[in-house]
Amino acid sequence: MKRKRTSFFKQFLTRLLNLIQSISQFYQAKIQPPLDRFFYRLKHNFIYREIGNTVKIFSLITIRITRKRRHAFYGYLFILIWLIGIAIFTLYPLGYSFYLSFHEAYYNLQEGVITTFIGFTNYVNIFRSQTLVPAYSNYLGRMVVAVPIIIVFSIIIAVLVNMPIKTKSLWRTVFFLPVIISTGPVINELNAQSAITLPNLQASGIYSYIVNNLPSFLADPLTTVINSMLLILWYAGIPILIYLAGLQKIDPSLYEAASMDGASPWMRFWKITLPSLMPFTGISIVYVVVSMSLFVEPGGVLDLTRTHMLVGAPDSAFWFGYGYAAAMAWVYFICMVLLILVFTSLTREKRGKVK
Amino acid sequence: MKLYSFISVSQQQKMKKVWLGKTLTDGLLFKVVIYLLLISFSYIYLYPLLFMLINSLKSVDDLINPGVQWIPTVLMWENYERAFQVLSLPNSLIDSTVYVLKVSVSATLSSALIGYGFARFNFPFKRLFFAIMLATFILPQQVTMVANMLIFRELEIISTEWAMLLPAMTGQGINAAIYILIFYTFYRTIPGILIESAEVDGAGQLRIFRTIILPLAIPSFVIVFLFSFVWYWNESFITGLYVGDKVTLPLWLQAFRASYETIFPPGTPGAELNEAILLSGNMLTILPLLLLYFFGQKLFTQSIDKTGITGE
Repeated sequence: MKRKRTSFFKQFLTRLLNLIQSISQFYQAKIQPPLDRFFYRLKHNFIYREIGNTVKIFSLITIRITRKRRHAFYGYLFILIWLIGIAIFTLYPLGYSFYLSFHEAYYNLQEGVITTFIGFTNYVNIFRSQTLVPAYSNYLGRMVVAVPIIIVFSIIIAVLVNMPIKTKSLWRTVFFLPVIISTGPVINELNAQSAITLPNLQASGIYSYIVNNLPSFLADPLTTVINSMLLILWYAGIPILIYLAGLQKIDPSLYEAASMDGASPWMRFWKITLPSLMPFTGISIVYVVVSMSLFVEPGGVLDLTRTHMLVGAPDSAFWFGYGYAAAMAWVYFICMVLLILVFTSLTREKRGKVK
Repeated sequence: MKLYSFISVSQQQKMKKVWLGKTLTDGLLFKVVIYLLLISFSYIYLYPLLFMLINSLKSVDDLINPGVQWIPTVLMWENYERAFQVLSLPNSLIDSTVYVLKVSVSATLSSALIGYGFARFNFPFKRLFFAIMLATFILPQQVTMVANMLIFRELEIISTEWAMLLPAMTGQGINAAIYILIFYTFYRTIPGILIESAEVDGAGQLRIFRTIILPLAIPSFVIVFLFSFVWYWNESFITGLYVGDKVTLPLWLQAFRASYETIFPPGTPGAELNEAILLSGNMLTILPLLLLYFFGQKLFTQSIDKTGITGE
């Protein structure tokens, strides 16, 4: 019985090998030569001809192949897919949504998009809307309060983790965890069950003090930040790692020299650690602002954009449709870029003037 | 100092050295403070996760009872059974894994090619293109989604996987600028002599890329693949808009309440949806990525140094 089985396997294997061999023979005999001929034709034809190290196009234009030109050709070859992609999926949509934002646009199943030019009406309507202006100001206020908190928090955590302790990788793992698990629906559910803030924080005196004593335009962003404190700290995952990488690059001899001169750890933090971390703040801010802006909370601007685009406005006294949604997205994008510019210019090192 | 009068002076000095150290930063006291700070910060940080884990196991009585906060009186594994049913696991898990694998693999491959083009060759307008590439990070699809919707409709790929696959294949997907930058930074570290010697031996550029560069770049491939997997998995807004309602597991979670009512119609005894069942659905949704993270956490946490977004 056993012998039979081995012989069966042997038979199977030899048959398989024979099959592969016959396929390869067939390939070499029948398919390879025409392919070779095809590639030869591709390089030696009326339109494109390679002679030595020159290329003739239409037998008229002669181009000498130099190393530089060949490199440029291969460079474009490698990024060709990116060039196609950026044209179709980024630059064209960018221009098209800009175009749409000045139009009234609806989708019609028979005729496609119908647009009529209405000038700045979409933008004006945004600023006249009862639901949109609070949404934008909420967004801006929250960002203005939250981004500094995230940056300070991530610097503190990075410095703490970078201390000479043994369980560094454990802490790295813990503080990077939110980047992995934070997905829209999960966060929304946590938000609904008010699990994204510490209960003690809400019950503390600070909260009621802010609500009772500050004007609402100051109090609202502060209270929303307190109400979603932990969610905001979750955005520190990548900045912490950026700052940790920055801390590794500080020369330890700087600290030695400072302690020789009698600087305390406190002084060393302010005079050495913090200034050498400042160059990394710009990229952290960009990252934090972008990732916070792209989180779509229910009732946020991006969510409203989607509803305006797909089903029409809840306050249908105003315009809706694709043009209005495009204008909303543009205003949102401009707010985002402005925030990035303001924050990065605030933290940029002031270069000392050379006298 | 009278308290320590029974200890000799040398012992006092020894204790001081142990607690405060030579320079304060190597003493035991300092370490204790650091650990306390880190533990309390990580408690704050992981509080939502702990909340989710504990409350998902609570029974209805425990949820209402304010005395029960951290330790449930009974562990209700039934919550998980129900959530398992409602999320239609394991089918939805397999479907979403297949979908995310497709998208993230194509994003990884395309960014590997594009990064090589930028890192290795000099061509006209390279600096301009590179700047545009970096700028696409702050111009994501969420901002241009209105026009993208219409474009995908024109291309007739709306509500199909191609609406996510095509941008990923052409280096325009979610966070594609970061992936390209990771590959770019890695390729810059490969010594040029290695490639030039292959050129002298007569290897074409495509062959050099295939036989020399690709084997060297495997670590970058793994990192980029993991990150794109996680980010495409977590992206629910754009996926829901372009591809469909129930494509990935987070999107199943989004429809949790509705699908719960179809499976357990309201009115049947003991079938009311409560917070514990919702939270166990959340736990089941993040569980695959948690497992992935705990097996590959070094790859994730050490990758930021390699991306090059910190330097330059």
